[in-house]
Amino acid sequence: MKNFLKTILLVASVAAGLTSVATLPARALVEIDVNKGNIEPLPIAITDFLSSNGIGQEISDIVTADLQRSGLFAPIDKGAFIEKISNTDQAPRFEDWKVINAQALVVGRVSQEGDGRLRAEFRLWDTFGAQQLIGEQFFANPQNSRRIAHQIADSIYERLTGEKGYFDTRIVFIDESGPKNQRKKRLAIMDQDGANIRYLSDGRSIVLTPRFSPTRQEITYMSYESGEPQVYLLQIETGQRELVGKFPGMTFAPRFSPDGQKVIMSLLRDDGNSNIFTMDLRSRNTMRLTNSSSIDTSPSYSPDGSRVTFTSDRGGQPQIYVMGADGSGQTRISFGGGSYSTPVWSPRGDLIAFTKQVGGQFQIGVMKTDGSGERILSTGFLQEGPTWAPNGRVLMFFTEAAGSGGPKLRTVDLTGRNEQPIPSKSFASDPAWSPLLE
Amino acid sequence: MRRIAKLASNPIIVALVVGLTVVGCASKKTPNNAADLGLGGGAATPGSSQDFTVNVGDRIFFDTDSSAIRSDAQATLSKQAQWLNRYGQYRITIEGHADERGTREYNIALGARRAAATRDFLIGRGVAANRLKTISYGKERPVAVCDDISCWSQNRRAVTVLNGAGS
Repeated sequence: MKNFLKTILLVASVAAGLTSVATLPARALVEIDVNKGNIEPLPIAITDFLSSNGIGQEISDIVTADLQRSGLFAPIDKGAFIEKISNTDQAPRFEDWKVINAQALVVGRVSQEGDGRLRAEFRLWDTFGAQQLIGEQFFANPQNSRRIAHQIADSIYERLTGEKGYFDTRIVFIDESGPKNQRKKRLAIMDQDGANIRYLSDGRSIVLTPRFSPTRQEITYMSYESGEPQVYLLQIETGQRELVGKFPGMTFAPRFSPDGQKVIMSLLRDDGNSNIFTMDLRSRNTMRLTNSSSIDTSPSYSPDGSRVTFTSDRGGQPQIYVMGADGSGQTRISFGGGSYSTPVWSPRGDLIAFTKQVGGQFQIGVMKTDGSGERILSTGFLQEGPTWAPNGRVLMFFTEAAGSGGPKLRTVDLTGRNEQPIPSKSFASDPAWSPLLE
Repeated sequence: MRRIAKLASNPIIVALVVGLTVVGCASKKTPNNAADLGLGGGAATPGSSQDFTVNVGDRIFFDTDSSAIRSDAQATLSKQAQWLNRYGQYRITIEGHADERGTREYNIALGARRAAATRDFLIGRGVAANRLKTISYGKERPVAVCDDISCWSQNRRAVTVLNGAGS
């Protein structure tokens, strides 16, 4: 079964133009028609975890939702289950699961420790191979029960796909409420599935474009709170804020370097154009990377920190460029019809995600880092701002249908065939995906 | 909270409780325009901000993805400069705005370029540079909210805001 799913993913990776599949076993691809484009999700049975209260079912519901939304798994309806699991330490009756075509089976139990912590154990079974693939246990405070579920989902995803999961992660974003011409914007943070929303600002001034530090519980974002729009840092746990640098004009479009030591951003010049700078957060030294009479903005580092992609209109309209991290060798890479902006380098290093405007529509797409192999994953009336899941297989962005009044968050995977809404009570924009939590 | 171990081992996992504090900040006010004020032309006291908004015009409009000052905008800005040169007690903020048909960060930059082009035109007509400052709101503060060109063209604008005498 493992090989079966790896084959599926190998095909998905080929379809997505990825090259990092060298670790997968060489297998004939003829059995699956890539052009037909249907990647059959793996049927999996996720039983309610045993518990003395409802927590077991809650956890299995979260695991089920995570795996379902990935598009790679097809959780089987519990009503079809034959065997009722009553002891998770015994092997299941594999025939009962094979007959409903459950290729994988998840069982577990949740109990409370003497000190009040939850203890969750689970096993993943290969039903056709009649063997256990995973047996693990987790401990957490009861208020973190959702994180246990996401970690279990990550564990299953990783075991069956050979790739890192992305479920135990958070999203920082802009919560938007009120009418469009008086929109209140607040910094907010939530789990990747939309649960546990908390607000990090009160909405009295405009805040935009929050981005996670790759190394600390910290975000960088832009705020109008001083009157002059500027880039700030915010410690998520303490609420402590700090202005990034003392620049003579507006700063915007911040992102961290991969080592978390620098912020790269745009600085407005006196002539009305914008250039790209970095500031080292320790030494406070700044460095200019671009110096052009044009708009240079939306910089994003490659994961090894050696290169930067950015938007510039130096050629007449917004297009995507790549340069060395010292500003050397600035080269345009987007040449399709239309304009391109918001480039974001994949955590795998092989792709750049972008927003493309063409024919009155907004598209989310990816291209290789030399600009070749462009693929459009999602098209809509108004959508932008892709952010990568830490495993580089899924993008989140914000989208607004004509007449809908405001934006909502969505995800799309690299095949472009699995687009999913992220539920939110109010409007939401500018999502940024965290690394996997520690 | 940390991952894991096999069932055989016995790890201790401590969950992180994240305490969040709310961030306070100041607010800003959007400018009035003639429609908001409910005023007809000529009703305002000469030299007042109503006079400026109603009789001169506090805003100009731009073409898509452009910061070039159009000829209709040049006429408005020339009148603005005359007025501002006569009433020297005001400090002035030029707000640059964009429509929603661009991405957020690019539109912040575009709004800034529109504000700078407007400022430079006024300086060219004799308004003292030290009276003028600029700010960009990108596409974050539309005045017209429909989903077609009739609104987008009103939102691609630069607004000349009077900051009050001697402020």
